[in-house]
Amino acid sequence: MAKDILVYVLHYDGAFNKNSLGAVSEGGRLAGELGGECHAIVVGDKSGLPDELCATVGKWGASKVFRVEAPEGLAQPVVDAMAHVISENGHGYALFGGGLLGFEIGAGLCARLDAGVTMEVTSVAVEDGKLVAERPILQDSSISRSRYKSDVGVIIGRLNAFEAAEGDGGSAEVVDVDVQISDYSTHAKMVQRGEQRGADVNIEDADILVAGGRGLGKAESFKLCEDLAEALGGAVAATRAVVDAGWYPYAAQIGQTGKSVAPKLYLAAGISGAIQHKVGMQGSENIVAINKDSNAPIFEFADLGIIGDLNKVLPKLTEAVKAKKAS
Amino acid sequence: MKICVLVKEVPDAAVQKRINPSTGRMDRSGEKNLNPYDTHAIEAAMQVREGGAVEVDEIVAVTMGPESAIRALHKAVSLGADRSVHLSDDALAGSDINATGYALSKALAAEQPDLVLLGQQSDDGECYTIGAVVADHLSMPSLTQVIKMDVEGGELRCERQAEYGYDTVSVQMPAVISVGDAINEPRYPSLKAIMGAKKKPLDKKAIGDLEIEADRVGEAGSKVACGDFHDPPAKTAGEIIEDEDTNETVEKVVAWLDERKLI
Ligand SMILES: Cc1cc2nc3c(=O)[nH]c(=O)nc-3n(C[C@H](O)[C@H](O)[C@H](O)COP(=O)(O)OP(=O)(O)OC[C@H]3O[C@@H](n4cnc5c(N)ncnc54)[C@H](O)[C@@H]3O)c2cc1C
Ligand SMILES: Nc1ncnc2c1ncn2[C@@H]1O[C@H](COP(=O)(O)O)[C@@H](O)[C@H]1O
Repeated sequence: MAKDILVYVLHYDGAFNKNSLGAVSEGGRLAGELGGECHAIVVGDKSGLPDELCATVGKWGASKVFRVEAPEGLAQPVVDAMAHVISENGHGYALFGGGLLGFEIGAGLCARLDAGVTMEVTSVAVEDGKLVAERPILQDSSISRSRYKSDVGVIIGRLNAFEAAEGDGGSAEVVDVDVQISDYSTHAKMVQRGEQRGADVNIEDADILVAGGRGLGKAESFKLCEDLAEALGGAVAATRAVVDAGWYPYAAQIGQTGKSVAPKLYLAAGISGAIQHKVGMQGSENIVAINKDSNAPIFEFADLGIIGDLNKVLPKLTEAVKAKKAS
Repeated sequence: MKICVLVKEVPDAAVQKRINPSTGRMDRSGEKNLNPYDTHAIEAAMQVREGGAVEVDEIVAVTMGPESAIRALHKAVSLGADRSVHLSDDALAGSDINATGYALSKALAAEQPDLVLLGQQSDDGECYTIGAVVADHLSMPSLTQVIKMDVEGGELRCERQAEYGYDTVSVQMPAVISVGDAINEPRYPSLKAIMGAKKKPLDKKAIGDLEIEADRVGEAGSKVACGDFHDPPAKTAGEIIEDEDTNETVEKVVAWLDERKLI
């Protein structure tokens, strides 16, 4: 198998995605061990991807960055671009950080190149000159290792699995590539991108977060979380389920397509603890969960679990916290 | 127009899922059910039909899986599909994502749908990606995690959350759309629909019927070999409080927080 690694780097609003840069760091490390090179690929409108910006991926470990002019924010044009660059340059692996687009691009690439794909990868090792990807399965109860039998191996990381570490690399060489975009890739068109939906709340600076999920039952019940957060001196966060339902603003969402946080205390009320939520908050120092289902996955990683009805527990907890603070 | 809905049979939510150490595959011996995420895809198809913006001639449920998967098809039909296609062949056992996506795309190509709908994830495999694999094989545009989908002027106007907020995307048909679970509230099947489901047409297909190349599917044709299953590093179990007397519960919680200087 070829030893060079191609990493997709997502960008938005003039900045590179932190998880993509983490994948570049990981790609740089792995290519070093394999005896190959790590390259990056950026796709979008060239005016948003100036030379100086592109060259900075060198700091994270890519020696070269391919720049392709194509529509932004959708997967299929990137599949076209990566398939082209891989076939011209013979990369052995395509690597993605966590997120949503990486899943779609990686999957499309797997079909296009008849390649093996592994998603939700938390670590990658080099064995016998090849990459082996580790993926937790079955609600993180077991870990499976993937070995590739194809010419190209597609590896899609889990959110925050790869840390963006600045290495001693200089600037990356910027190489413009013309790619013929497939007809069907132009059949999906971005109408509006990155709509925020709801108030612009700040949760990233909070030491304490009280997070609410679908178990709250209705939008109004977020008041229970807000009262407790106020008593504790913290802010309120949410799951995608309740943000999609329009109960709480997107800016408060934690997880794969939201924010990643690591407060001193994360108190989750009515949250099942799905992997896509967990990846955004598992770095919290103390995790407390209130859930009426004793089998909820969140109890697998909570430091303190309360099996009970949040409608009963939250109001009394708020009172008790207030009383404690007043004493 | 014709809508195909991809559905899958998965272990029931109550069943402890595990890997069979001798085969390295999911242990599928327990109670099984239609993947709950797929009921949202069927409901989405029904709402396109009932929405009136476009004439829907047929909704076809399509699955690839062992003999027992017929029950998932019956359930899909009771929820609104008009008929179903069951791709089943010993040669398909142990297929990875690449092989599964390829085989499903062959089953779909034979149906020539204008729209393919599927669930956001399978409850057991959790790959989130079959839609994108299938779409590339069919040379169709695709989008995953869609939570709002309207037919407008022959196109689909879709909304979904991606890494920077909500995106609105217009998609030309034929297309492959995987829907998120927030897109709708699936209806319950009527007793009559449940009783009638077994009488609706069900086409069983083997790989030879669909020109699926045998060396591209099954365990041997897969491009990823999974193995070396092992446990994640042990984590110290958290404390658990069962809430019986809530005053007592919150007292314990406050003490716990206080000990860690969080209050
Ligand atoms: C590609 C992708 C990206 C995603 N991105 C994100 C993301 O960024 N963030 C995110 O959060 N999710 C994300 N998800 C969705 C994720 O998989 C889950 O669906 C979601 O996190 C579930 O939210 P929830 O816990 O609020 O709801 P549920 O899973 O429905 O859980 C509700 C919980 O509340 C409990 N409950 C109910 N009533 C009560 C009560 N009265 N008292 C106490 N407990 C009660 C229930 O027992 C249940 O455990 C993503 C999914 C995919 C496929
Ligand atoms: N064997 C299968 N047969 C039919 N549909 C499938 C199969 N596997 C996955 N799907 C569809 O793809 C969706 C996503 O599954 P996955 O990518 O495995 O998480 C599911 O919700 C199903 O709609």
